[in-house]
Amino acid sequence: MIFLVAGKANGEVLKLDEPLSFWGGVDPATGEITDLRHPQGGMSVKGKVLMMPFGRGSSSGSSVIAEGIRSGSGPAGIIMMEADEIITLGAIVADEIYGKAMPVTVVGKNEYEKYSTGDLVAISEDGITLS
Amino acid sequence: MTVNLSEFDQSCLDGQEGPAAASAMRVIVRLAEAMKATELLDVTSAHIDSCLYHGPAVLDFAKWLEDQGAKVKIPTTLNVSSLDLIHPDLYRGDEDWGIQAKLLMDCYERMGCKPTWTCAPYQLEERPKFGEQVAWAESNAIVFANSVLGARTHRYGDFIDICAAICGRAPAAGLHLDENRKGDILFRVDGLNDALLDRDVFYPVLGHLVGKNSGNGIPVIQGLPDGVSEDRLKALGAAAASSGSVGMFHAVGSTPEASTTEEAFLGTDPTDVIDVTPEKIIAARDQLSTASDSRIGAVSLGTPHYSVQEIKKLFELFDSESVNPEVNFYVSTGRDVLTEASLRGFVKPLEDAGVIFVTDTCTYITPIMEAVTLPVMTDSAKWAYYAPGNLGVEVIFGAVEDCVASGISGDLSVDSKIWVDG
Repeated sequence: MIFLVAGKANGEVLKLDEPLSFWGGVDPATGEITDLRHPQGGMSVKGKVLMMPFGRGSSSGSSVIAEGIRSGSGPAGIIMMEADEIITLGAIVADEIYGKAMPVTVVGKNEYEKYSTGDLVAISEDGITLS
Repeated sequence: MTVNLSEFDQSCLDGQEGPAAASAMRVIVRLAEAMKATELLDVTSAHIDSCLYHGPAVLDFAKWLEDQGAKVKIPTTLNVSSLDLIHPDLYRGDEDWGIQAKLLMDCYERMGCKPTWTCAPYQLEERPKFGEQVAWAESNAIVFANSVLGARTHRYGDFIDICAAICGRAPAAGLHLDENRKGDILFRVDGLNDALLDRDVFYPVLGHLVGKNSGNGIPVIQGLPDGVSEDRLKALGAAAASSGSVGMFHAVGSTPEASTTEEAFLGTDPTDVIDVTPEKIIAARDQLSTASDSRIGAVSLGTPHYSVQEIKKLFELFDSESVNPEVNFYVSTGRDVLTEASLRGFVKPLEDAGVIFVTDTCTYITPIMEAVTLPVMTDSAKWAYYAPGNLGVEVIFGAVEDCVASGISGDLSVDSKIWVDG
């Protein structure tokens, strides 16, 4: 596991079938997935350990991530298979200005496939563990 | 991995260039580490997407920089915001949200950014040259800069744009570097009739299909006519950056790093080959509409911001007709483009015909449009992609010719013959 943004998280996994653009895809005030074309549209990212293969869509996603971390309606942590700068930036800035560190991590395919929606996981400097 | 910092980078981090540069450099270096960059590079211009209000965090961030004395070091343009400062009455949103949005806009102007308020900075007089390293945010501007101008920017999100503008530096990684600009996936346009390839409406549909099938790789499109216009490439790129995470594409014979398919792939083999067939194009077109009513309530054009050429075409299509009184007809564009189109005589007749021009913002990111229960028609795949989620409207995608005909009559008018092979 590689940290793009270091931090700790505990939460239930929400594994997305397709990448999600946070801007235009998530309401930062509630955490609801508002992209109706997305297979998980209508579900909430709030407090979840969000898994998606890679990032997608608008540059404004960074702002939506930062706003979600500020308001407490964002994910608890994010696990991907490939680095995504838009997501990473939102988390870096929330850490810088609010001191709230939401971990953003990259894992290999084998580890990515180990977790499914509903699993309770913890992210820490020791890695990702089922709890 | 650690990033090798130049003397200047280190002096920023150490605070010798002031506290704002220190904070901005810290964000750049943290991103550089995440991107596995080994060093930073100079950038000559920036385009800021962070000026759109999404809630308190974005204003907190801008104030955090400004309070530390931040000023941009390189020419910096501003993307759309939530307000139309030229036509302020168009804003129908929450009053406090509007006040916060204006505070954010003012903050970026005070940091020295140019109040261009457009998502199409490549339509401004000064734009990056081939090979120039820049730090641009806004997904459609990124894909245009890389693909059409041959300038080099990574797929930047909000926040890093202003940090790069303050320091004039960005991570030397991603699309800044030669090796990351080669094609990955080959799209072969084949078996489509030439008449369709000569229609504007084909290009956003192709972009939608390409974006959906590119993963995070760089698509190479083969089989288009040579010298596809900038407006068509703009529509293609914006669509691909909405349906996928495309930061750059090559259109063989049109974009500057793809005079041949081999050049676009830098001599390597594609990881995947996808044939763009008439069936796939029609399926992609149909994915862009959520409704098929016989009446429409509104039309929205100009996502990304319409160019002078596109406004001229609209002027010609209206041909002295007027918008139906039951339809609201919006065109989003940049204030600079609107000024030029006005000087060329296209704007007043269109306004007299009932067209509402929106500047500095866009109809799908802020409450501008009057509430409609009937579907909204658009020629933009990006608008069609985002508006249903953002605004809760039904959308019908169509050619600009169809949008104008429908806007004049109020009845949905679609020329579906152009999509049929032969």
